[in-house]
Amino acid sequence: MSKVVAGLKYSAEHEWVAADGGGPVGIGISAVAADALGDIVYVDLPEVGSTVTAGETCGEVESTKSVSDLYSPVTGEVTEINDAVVDDHALINNDPYGAGWLFKVAATDEGPLMTGEEYAAANGGEL
Amino acid sequence: MSDNYTALYEQHKKAGASFTDFGGWQMPLKYESELAEHHAVRNAAGLFDLSHMGEVWVTGPQAAAFLDYALVGKLSAVAEGKAKYSLICDADGGIIDDLITYRRPSSEEGVDKFLVVPNAGNAAVVAAALLERAAGFDVVVEDASAETSLVAVQGPNAEAILLKLVPAEQHLLVTELKYYAAVEVSIAGDELLLARTGYTGEDGFEIYVPNQDAAELWEALLEAGEGQGLIPAGLAARDSLRLEAGMPLYGNELSRHVNAYAAGLGPVVALSKESDFVGKEALAAIKAAGVGSTIGQKLVGLKGTGRRAARAHYSVLKDGTLIGEVTSGQPSPTLGYPVALAYVDVEHSAPGTTVEVDLRGKAEPFEVVALPFYKRSK
Repeated sequence: MSKVVAGLKYSAEHEWVAADGGGPVGIGISAVAADALGDIVYVDLPEVGSTVTAGETCGEVESTKSVSDLYSPVTGEVTEINDAVVDDHALINNDPYGAGWLFKVAATDEGPLMTGEEYAAANGGEL
Repeated sequence: MSDNYTALYEQHKKAGASFTDFGGWQMPLKYESELAEHHAVRNAAGLFDLSHMGEVWVTGPQAAAFLDYALVGKLSAVAEGKAKYSLICDADGGIIDDLITYRRPSSEEGVDKFLVVPNAGNAAVVAAALLERAAGFDVVVEDASAETSLVAVQGPNAEAILLKLVPAEQHLLVTELKYYAAVEVSIAGDELLLARTGYTGEDGFEIYVPNQDAAELWEALLEAGEGQGLIPAGLAARDSLRLEAGMPLYGNELSRHVNAYAAGLGPVVALSKESDFVGKEALAAIKAAGVGSTIGQKLVGLKGTGRRAARAHYSVLKDGTLIGEVTSGQPSPTLGYPVALAYVDVEHSAPGTTVEVDLRGKAEPFEVVALPFYKRSK
C-alpha cells in the first residue's frame, strides 16, 4: 500500500504541498501517483521565476508506460526546482516525499487541498 | 468483461505484483520496478507468466492441409519439432490474430498434430474460427486454453537456468534446441513441452504446463534462477522488451483493419500455396496494388531525437501535414532514447526520413529507422 504522509496537504491530482511555514512551499507527487505511474523516466518542471496557477498544468511526468500532466496545487512564483530529480528520476519513485520533491513556490493562493487522512481515504493510500 | 486468474495468481501476489486487466485476464503488470525487470531480461533472465495465451490442438490426417487453408502460411511445410509464425485472416485480408504454430510428433501413423497459440484476448475467437473452418476436413480442433499454463524464461541466462532442472541425459536436447523449435523434456520431474521462442528479443524458452503443475514449475524455476539474476517480470517489461525488438502487438500494430503488407508481414503470407486459403484472393489483390510498398501506409520504426516519448494514437507529421499515427511508443530502457512504431504514408517510410510527432500539442523531431531497434549480440 502506497504511503501517505499525514502532515502534508494533497490535491485531487495527486500533488502534495508541504505545510506552509511562511516561506515557499515544497511540492511533489504522492507515492500513490508515483506507484501508479511506474518507473519515471522524464520530468518537465516549471522554470524558476515563472508563475504557476492552482489547478493548472505546469509540467509533465513521463513513465515507461504513460505520461501525466503535472498540476500546480498552488498559485505563485516558482522559486526553486529540484535539479536532482531532473538528473535522477528514480528519486521520485523511491522517495516521493523527500529527495524526490519537484519544485518550490512562493504561494499567494492555493487550490482545494485535502488533508492526508482525506487523501488516503479517497485514494487508498496508507498513512 | 469477466476477470480470469491464472494458476499462478497466488505466486504473483506473494511476489508483490500489481495487476492489470489484459484481454480479460488479471495479469501481473510489474512486481517492483518494470525497468529493473526489463534490464534483468536483457542482462540476466526474467520469468513471465503467459498463461493468458491460448492453446488450440489441431490433430488428424488432414491437420496440415486444414491449417494451410485456415492460416496464411504454409504449415504443411513445417517439419516436426519446428514452429512457425503466422496469421489467421478474414476473407477480406484483415488480421484476426497473429499466432505461433508448433508441429508436434504424432504417435499415430498418418495423423498430424499441431499446437496453435493465439493471443490472450483472441483465443476464443481463433478457436471458434478454426472450428468453423474445419468443416469438411478430417481434423479435430480442441481448445485446451483453460487447462494449460504457459511460463517463459527469457534472457541470456535462460539456458543455464533450464539446465539445472532438466536431467543430465536430456541436456543436449536443450542446448541443441534451435530458435522456433520445441521438444518434450523432463523439467522439475514433469514431462513438459519446451519451446525456444519468445517475445523479448533475447534467447529464451516458453514452457507449456498443465495448470495443476504450473505453481510447482514457477517455484522450481525461481529457485534454479537464484544466482543467475532471474526475477519475475510483468506485462510492462514484456511490452517494452517486445517494442525494442520491433515485434508487433495485436491490438496496437495488428487488427482486423490492418493487412499483412502494410504491417511488414508480407513474407508470412504464402500466396504461392497451391491450395486455397481464407483471405487469399483479398491478400493477392492488396499485394498486387502495392499496398505497403508504393501506396497506402506502412509500419515503421521511429527514433526520438528529443527526450519525450511518442505514445499510441499520437499523430505523425511531415512539415506540419498529417502522414500517420503512432501505434506503440515508449522511452527505450536499453537504448536510452524514445522509440515508437507507427503507420506512415509509404512516401515517408524510408529509413533516415525526418518526421515530427505531435506530443500533446508540440511537434517533436523523430527519425524513421530500420527495425528492430534493438538486436542482441550473439
